[in-house]
Amino acid sequence: MTGKLNSKLRKIKSRVMTLICILSAVVVMVPLFIILFYTLKQGFSSISWSFFTQMPKPAGEAGGGMANALMGSFILIGLGSLIGIPVGIFSGIYLSGENSSLFSKSIRFLTEVLNGIPSIVIGVVAYIIIVIPMKKFSALAGGFALGILMIPLITRTTEEMLRLVPETYREAALALGAPRWKATLFVVLPAAFKGIFTGILLSIARAAGETAPLLFTALGNRFWSTRLDEPIASLTVFIYDYSKAPFEDWNRQAWAAALVLILIVTLVNLSFRAITRKRI
Amino acid sequence: MPGFRGGIIFRKNRGDFIFENLTRFFAFLIFVLVFLMGYHMIVQSLPSINKFGWSFITSETWDPVKENFGALPFIFGTLFSSLLALIISIFLSIGTAVFLSELAPAWLEKTVSVLIELLAAIPSIVYGLFGIFVLAPWLRDSVEPWLGDRLGFLPLFNGAPYGFGMLSAVLILTIMILPIITSISRDIMRSIPMAQREAAFALGATKWEVVLVVLSAAKSGILGAALLGLGRALGETMAVTMVIGNTPQISLSLFDPAYTMASVLANEFSEATSQLYTSALIEIALLLFVMTFILNATARLVVWSVTRKYSKV
Repeated sequence: MTGKLNSKLRKIKSRVMTLICILSAVVVMVPLFIILFYTLKQGFSSISWSFFTQMPKPAGEAGGGMANALMGSFILIGLGSLIGIPVGIFSGIYLSGENSSLFSKSIRFLTEVLNGIPSIVIGVVAYIIIVIPMKKFSALAGGFALGILMIPLITRTTEEMLRLVPETYREAALALGAPRWKATLFVVLPAAFKGIFTGILLSIARAAGETAPLLFTALGNRFWSTRLDEPIASLTVFIYDYSKAPFEDWNRQAWAAALVLILIVTLVNLSFRAITRKRI
Repeated sequence: MPGFRGGIIFRKNRGDFIFENLTRFFAFLIFVLVFLMGYHMIVQSLPSINKFGWSFITSETWDPVKENFGALPFIFGTLFSSLLALIISIFLSIGTAVFLSELAPAWLEKTVSVLIELLAAIPSIVYGLFGIFVLAPWLRDSVEPWLGDRLGFLPLFNGAPYGFGMLSAVLILTIMILPIITSISRDIMRSIPMAQREAAFALGATKWEVVLVVLSAAKSGILGAALLGLGRALGETMAVTMVIGNTPQISLSLFDPAYTMASVLANEFSEATSQLYTSALIEIALLLFVMTFILNATARLVVWSVTRKYSKV
């Protein structure tokens, strides 16, 4: 009798716990939908053609856009890519070929650790290495910080994508008499190209959303500037400044910029998933 | 290793030599980078370290005008907000991870996983924007008065409802670290061999008892995931800066404004005028660097040791 009751209790407990797990998954999903809802709602009603084409207006004046910030973000990401992509891809190639040496293990470990270092700390480092010697805030310092942030993600995706390429590809190239470096560069790397490319896009999307390391490196600029040795505007720093401002028009533009960022991030993420799933 | 593979001996080629060392050089750059980061921050924070010594982390005063700097309010704010966020998110994360790896059908599992990854990809500044215009006003007008009425006798829920304060920061941090803890825990639970579940089922265990078996096998990995989430929370800057109220004080109340190490850097770094002020801020960055470095290193080692244990079987 008690055995039966006991097993009934156990079954009920199992049901209840299952329900709790389902509920927690629902709770985790809720903020995503709320945030997407607000960004879409506020963003779509605030976005306009002038957002992309016009310069910011002085405080209090209605209208204007973020053309300089779009250009600035573009330049900063370009600079970051110049650092992040070569270091990331080549060290990814190195790690994918070398598995068990102490050196490669510690590099893999440091890449993981670098990935976890707060971006604001990387901003401080860029400040020390570039802003202090140059004695002024600059696009260069901002790009440097973004570049460091991009390295771990690119290294890791490159390594993983290269590992997915069947070893027979390399062997076939070697059998035809190609030296190893040619086999790696012209046979193995192109076979993994799609995955690596979307990995790079992913790191670019992440860099595009970074604010903290730009606050005291690129600083921000209300005017049109494409000079690398001068402060430069960026979308995210504009969102930060505009969200704190007491002008409703600026708040609306902050939401518009947030919508642009979310669209970029979502598109890149979904395409990365679509492509890598196909390859695996 | 190169030069010998698959039983064939290659003649060393000059191109191979160059290419191999080129890739090794770039990998070495990562090592140099992490080393340089630590080195430069130590050198730049020396004036502050020499002047304040240990009192830097025990003193509550933060007075830029008199150049008297103590980081305790920031350290307290960082640890308090991160730990609370970790406590809330760990239960939700484990529940969700169990749902994803043990309960959900494949199609639902895939959809939910994609959505959770999107949650992880949303830029911090967007969370901050959401915090300023939606979360903080909601907390101020509805949640905090309600909590204050009912639980006001606890020090945690005592005081005037500002909206911008510790509670907003904790909630935003919770949302932000949920995805990383969830997805790593899910991966670890998946790596537990099927045989363990089958054995438990064969002994007559209920679904939940099987989950408990899996959880106990995965527990050290989940601990690693929690540490990684904690590391993320400690370093989170923009979203927290925008909602925490930025007041250097130590208060147990969740309603009061507070400050964190990352947000004081975000707010004051570009305005620091004297050398000692900058140096003190860089020392805060150094402390944050060391804290997250140790956490991430430990977490990685734990996660790796668990996944390796099961992938070898």
